[in-house]
Amino acid sequence: MRSLLAFAWLNVQLAWRNLWRNYRRTLIMLAAIVLGAWSMIFMASLARGMVTQMVRDGLRALPGHVQIHHPEYREDPTVVNSMPPLSSELRSSLESESVVAWTSRVRVPAVITSERDTRGVTLVGIDPERERLLSFVADDLAEGRFLEGSDDKGLIVGRKLLERLETDLGKRVVVMSQDPENDVAERGFRIVGVFDSDLAVFEEGFVFAGEAIVQQMLRIGEQASEIAIIGDDYRDAERLAADVAVAAGGELQVEPWMELDPMLQTMMGLLDAFILVFVVIIFMALSFGLVNTLVMAVFERTREIGLMLALGVAPRSIVAQVIVECVLLLLVGLAVGNLLAWLTVSALSDGIDISMVAEGMADYGVGSVITPRLGLRDLAIANLTVLILGFLASLSPALRASRLEPVKALSES
Amino acid sequence: MASVSAAESTPVVGSPEVTVECVDVCKTYRQGDLEVVGLDHVSLTIEKGEFVSLSAPSGGGKTTLLNTIGGLDPPDSGRITVAGTRVDGLGKAERARLRLEKIGFVFQAYNLIPVLTARENVEFVMQVQGVATATRRDRASAVLAQVGLDGLGDRRPTQMSGGQQQRVAVARAIASEPAIVLADEPTANLDSSSSQQLMELFVELNESLGSTFVIATHDLQVMGYTRRQVRLLDGRIVGDGPPETASHS
Repeated sequence: MRSLLAFAWLNVQLAWRNLWRNYRRTLIMLAAIVLGAWSMIFMASLARGMVTQMVRDGLRALPGHVQIHHPEYREDPTVVNSMPPLSSELRSSLESESVVAWTSRVRVPAVITSERDTRGVTLVGIDPERERLLSFVADDLAEGRFLEGSDDKGLIVGRKLLERLETDLGKRVVVMSQDPENDVAERGFRIVGVFDSDLAVFEEGFVFAGEAIVQQMLRIGEQASEIAIIGDDYRDAERLAADVAVAAGGELQVEPWMELDPMLQTMMGLLDAFILVFVVIIFMALSFGLVNTLVMAVFERTREIGLMLALGVAPRSIVAQVIVECVLLLLVGLAVGNLLAWLTVSALSDGIDISMVAEGMADYGVGSVITPRLGLRDLAIANLTVLILGFLASLSPALRASRLEPVKALSES
Repeated sequence: MASVSAAESTPVVGSPEVTVECVDVCKTYRQGDLEVVGLDHVSLTIEKGEFVSLSAPSGGGKTTLLNTIGGLDPPDSGRITVAGTRVDGLGKAERARLRLEKIGFVFQAYNLIPVLTARENVEFVMQVQGVATATRRDRASAVLAQVGLDGLGDRRPTQMSGGQQQRVAVARAIASEPAIVLADEPTANLDSSSSQQLMELFVELNESLGSTFVIATHDLQVMGYTRRQVRLLDGRIVGDGPPETASHS
């Protein structure tokens, strides 16, 4: 073991000194690796920042991290599939430390009518104080006021819906839905607030009223359609859902956001694939230079390699020497590239304003400011991919070096 | 070609007294479209502690014989035993192991590793062998002093003269105390004064260490230092004996 370590150390020493024999070539190759590593990591952090923002915005757009429903509600989101008032066990689970905030909502399909037009919408009855902690509605209020309590008789609508209905802040509208007996339940509301949203579907399709008022209108007592919960970290939603499900018993359906919005989850998976593909493409460009550097290094040292073989160094040790040289080059390049990427991301911690080009992106839930996010996972993907592919790229020149015939190699001029 | 030994009594094959035994060794190699005979049924026995020169005109087979004995080039046929190990038939890795453990090499062109210092070059073979650091360091210092390079251990090859570099190569060859040292034209790149000093060093090491030295050369002055001269011509042994008599054998 000691002799193995001594020989490994000898290989590292030889590789390091050999790297600097032709320092110009090494510096050029290092510059390429640094640039490659920087661009891989910076682009990955930009993409990660964009998707993280999309996920956060997506979760703020009502789902929260975890939701509880009546088992039939997701198939048929009507008032018939409302949940009974919270059990004491579930309520104490929602007050636990792992839950940052929660709220209950009544959420039913409805029709809204102004004096000029009628549109289909989703009527959401909210508890304004609790809702403020979970969703975008209060933050994105552009005009008027937010609801002041569960029994507030006002209505909040999106700007686009306001335009479609050809009505205005302060005017009255009528909202109609069905009660559990399939009778028409309707009520007049005064529009007290208008919200903007990055997603057009929200601005056109959702209206918000006090939860108690909606429960009264639908004649459902204290029943609700859903409980939305926010935990410490959206990535831990599955664990949170499992904890809450225990308290909820088997009668309610508890789902993390990944199940509620599979598209967001898919996008996160796609991002990992995108980052890997990006890293591999950049590395492929790098690998030509890397292989060329190693082939030249082996070619220039043919005599020396022949000498080592003649002195009794095993061919596999020659393979190790060339690979160590390549890995050292990559490690130095990656270290500098990582540092530069970290500095760049730190310098851009306030975000990059892409409003010039982001107008159309809003429809996909992308905001006008992207904040790059340096994730350990992305760092690991970029660095490990480069190291593994670099190792593979070095195999060919390494094997070529190990197959040299000592006598022929020693006679090379 | 019959086996010829300088010793009066024929040593027993495989005995500790025999360092090299070649029996009916043949080797041909290609030079372009031509097939060149390198060794033609060569048989030779070299005993432990002998100081032998292999001499031949250019292309006569001395380097081929040296390389074949050293396991650098496998023979086409015949049997070679070095320090009790059959060389013919060994695989590449096994021959590398044999060279590492039993043979020291000195080449015409010094062949030091340029990125290592003189001391590191001397330590190199021992390091590959897995010798402990302290032992290796002590041994390298002792050997460098023995070849007259005390105090020059931290110099890189480019900071040394040809004679000094060749001394480092000799130090590297003897540092691991091999059973045999094979030197291929070790003085060819040296001036006459350095050549003389190097040969005196070989004689001294041969006497003090008791190691077997085989030197391929066509330099009469070098042959004069050895105690046995094996002459080759066209891949055949044509003379074997003390330098003054070998040409008449």
